[in-house]
Amino acid sequence: MQGIDPTVVVRVGGEGGEGTITLGDLFTRIAARSGLEIYSFQTYPAEIRGGQVMYQTRLGLRRVMTEGDEADVLVAMNQQAWIEEHEDLCAQAAIVHEATVSIPSGGYARFPIPAEKTTQELDWPIGKNFVFLGALIWFFRFDSELAEDLIRQRMGRHPESLEKNLEAFRRGYRYAQATYPEPFPFTLPLFEASREERILLSGADAMALGALAGGCKFYSGYPITPATPVMESLARYLPQFGGTLVQVEDEIAAINMAIGASYAGQRAMTATSGPGLSLMVEGLGLASMAEIPLVLVNVQRAGPSTGLPTKTSQGDLFLALYGGHGDAPRFVLAPDSVKDCYFQMIYAFSLSERFQMPVIVLSDQAMAARQETTPLPGDPWNGPLQRLVPTPDQLGEAYQRYAYTEDGISPMAHPGMPGGMYLSESLEHDAYGHPDQTPDNHERMMQKRANKVETARRMLADWPMTSRRWGDRGAPFGIVGWGSTRGAVREAMGRIHAQGIPVEAIYPHTLLPMPDQAMADFLATKRAILVPELNFSGQFGRMIEHRYYRQLDELGVHIYQQKKEQGVPFKVREIYDAAIDMIDQERHLWTREQGELARIFDTVRRVQDEAADRCGGGHDA
Amino acid sequence: MPEERKATDYKSDVKPIWCAGCGNYAVLTALMRAFAHLNLANESITIASGIGCSSRFPAFVKTYGIHGIHGRVLPLATGIKLGSPETTVIAIGGDGDGFSIGGGHIPHAARRNVGITYIVLDNSIYGMTKGQPSPTSPEGMVNKAAPYGAQEHPLNPILLALSYDSSFVARCFSGRVKEMTEVFIQALQHPGFSLIQVLSPCVTYYNTYDHYREVTQALPEGHDPSDRLAAMALALETETQYLGIFYRDASRPSYVARFESVRARAPKTTLDTIFAGLKR
Repeated sequence: MQGIDPTVVVRVGGEGGEGTITLGDLFTRIAARSGLEIYSFQTYPAEIRGGQVMYQTRLGLRRVMTEGDEADVLVAMNQQAWIEEHEDLCAQAAIVHEATVSIPSGGYARFPIPAEKTTQELDWPIGKNFVFLGALIWFFRFDSELAEDLIRQRMGRHPESLEKNLEAFRRGYRYAQATYPEPFPFTLPLFEASREERILLSGADAMALGALAGGCKFYSGYPITPATPVMESLARYLPQFGGTLVQVEDEIAAINMAIGASYAGQRAMTATSGPGLSLMVEGLGLASMAEIPLVLVNVQRAGPSTGLPTKTSQGDLFLALYGGHGDAPRFVLAPDSVKDCYFQMIYAFSLSERFQMPVIVLSDQAMAARQETTPLPGDPWNGPLQRLVPTPDQLGEAYQRYAYTEDGISPMAHPGMPGGMYLSESLEHDAYGHPDQTPDNHERMMQKRANKVETARRMLADWPMTSRRWGDRGAPFGIVGWGSTRGAVREAMGRIHAQGIPVEAIYPHTLLPMPDQAMADFLATKRAILVPELNFSGQFGRMIEHRYYRQLDELGVHIYQQKKEQGVPFKVREIYDAAIDMIDQERHLWTREQGELARIFDTVRRVQDEAADRCGGGHDA
Repeated sequence: MPEERKATDYKSDVKPIWCAGCGNYAVLTALMRAFAHLNLANESITIASGIGCSSRFPAFVKTYGIHGIHGRVLPLATGIKLGSPETTVIAIGGDGDGFSIGGGHIPHAARRNVGITYIVLDNSIYGMTKGQPSPTSPEGMVNKAAPYGAQEHPLNPILLALSYDSSFVARCFSGRVKEMTEVFIQALQHPGFSLIQVLSPCVTYYNTYDHYREVTQALPEGHDPSDRLAAMALALETETQYLGIFYRDASRPSYVARFESVRARAPKTTLDTIFAGLKR
């Protein structure tokens, strides 16, 4: 239990194939339906069978921002689950475990459940997860009828196993009820739950629904972990909205087919992960050069090469921003929450259609796979924008598909439009689309395409969606981040603020073009900024440093990069420690400060001393 | 009454970059004649292409066109057809574009039976890069990239298309424009995927006109184009290069028709309905 609003973190560990994810997912859904706010995280091996799987879900009475650093409840389905998942447990954690598993004493409250024996009695060896689910429903005092309804809904596709799973569930529930009648050490007062209108949504589904809201009518893609759920979601929905989804032979076909559909006038997209994006880079250049709208979702996973296919990372930023030969303009968007995934997809279609350019939307495994309770998304800002098509008087012999314009946008005809016949060219071309490699024309056309980014930057300056800024306005210390790390940063800032230390954060949502005005405004009051990100080399920090070096230098703002490339998200504690460390290091640089800054430094010194005392030793900087 | 279009109505103002005598001119002529024969509106045609000499094709025709990237004309053209089903979509590329870098896309275009006419202008050489062996070059071909002779066996495009179960497979020769026009007219009306290999000599780096005049002949009279095995047997004959429609199956549903059926079967919904179903 952490923070002011009570939450409970439940971690489920099991072997691949034991139904660990199903258990975690059902428990999460039942908790949400019981009125709680939830935020989940899953990590699993790249194999379908074997290897340890972990599903962590955090329940709260109010909006939950992360999956939580420490588990209050560990469900160990087997011995290995205990061995691998008992790090980061809170001191008095409750261990709900398979009865045959040995758990060392050590302050933990133990709740053995004879799941294996029960499933043997039922002659249903794969029902262990449902025995545990039954026990958890009792422990949290959730409504077992409601739970059974949900199991029927979710597992109804397998009627032959449904009844057996329900029986396993009931046995688990009754066993726990009879054996552990006293209140469970970690429960939430359900009567205090907000019960506001919420939907339970995964990041992948949010992207699919955002695509539909953005008017997507065509999807071509190739299966790749962890992006596949976006395709699977759209496979069901797109035909219901009059669209078409094609599973193609490879990622190269995926991007070229989407480009073809877009050329023909449809709003088209593809989704992939790192290795697929690498294969799509040439197609990205075509969309940029021939000025064809395209939305490309990249659900990042840890690389390089095949890397850690099921683990999260933010390591594709440079590839998204700069990948490709020549200077090929594109937009890059970075949603920072499940709900934001929905909106950024709408904006992605708006930008791509309005500016006839590829837009890359960067998500990651942690954000795509997690479930989150979130308010119903409202209407998008200014969306969805449409493609500029030629007026009748622009068509005919004189029609210039690539007419040179100041804002860079020229009207785009589609097959079937009389008088609009033109050549869409991957070669450098003139205003008509005819190949033209003369020096002046090349430079002029490079400028035209680049101008679209600047036009977009000006347009977006008025849009509220290009960045999110929160915390103590004008605080001298800040955090600049992007994407799915926002939850951990936001929670860490809550703790820092609670210590009496002001701190402010900004999360740009358009990484290309960067919201320069908002960044300048943010940086203006800063002494130092922390740039946390989930990649090895600190790509975003380097981009910030490079883009704003003049302001940073003139203002004397120091950058502290926090890099993590382990395949798992930031813990709140890691962000908190890095931010406190940053301020402490600044304290040594600014010894004669007066006023507010002096007060902050004093507070940090106290906080650091207290932390050192708790650890019983020196604090290593 | 729709106007009667002439072949020259499809000619653009752009002068082809091809060498004098290039086999590609014959293909250009035949295709424009086929358009005229079918009286297709210019705006109802889209020609997509890959990269190479032959892939410059769309610039020389007054239709919609897209000159994409090397080897990717089939997915590109498939996207266009699915995005605009009423458009007549033609995919054009060379033997390097189609059988080397883009070879992985042919089986899938065939499986999908997507309604595009894929014309491979096969000159058995990389012409634009000035003469390296291609997938259809004969063994032992000597040039700058293969000073000791090409060490690979040429592939058989017709056999390959047949074994992928393409629903329309034909071979033409640039020395026979009239027959080629007839094949194009048939292919353009085929509802599914058609692959046409055109023997289109490169006069600069590998002039095969005389050779093909010697070894080509029309498919035997009485060949039944619905007989896939017979078609394969004729494709296996390499001493004689048969010209004409080897195989045709117009009964198979096209990709466009399949998706129309998918959309018709999918229950219509709205975002509000989906969100209502996601409420906890």
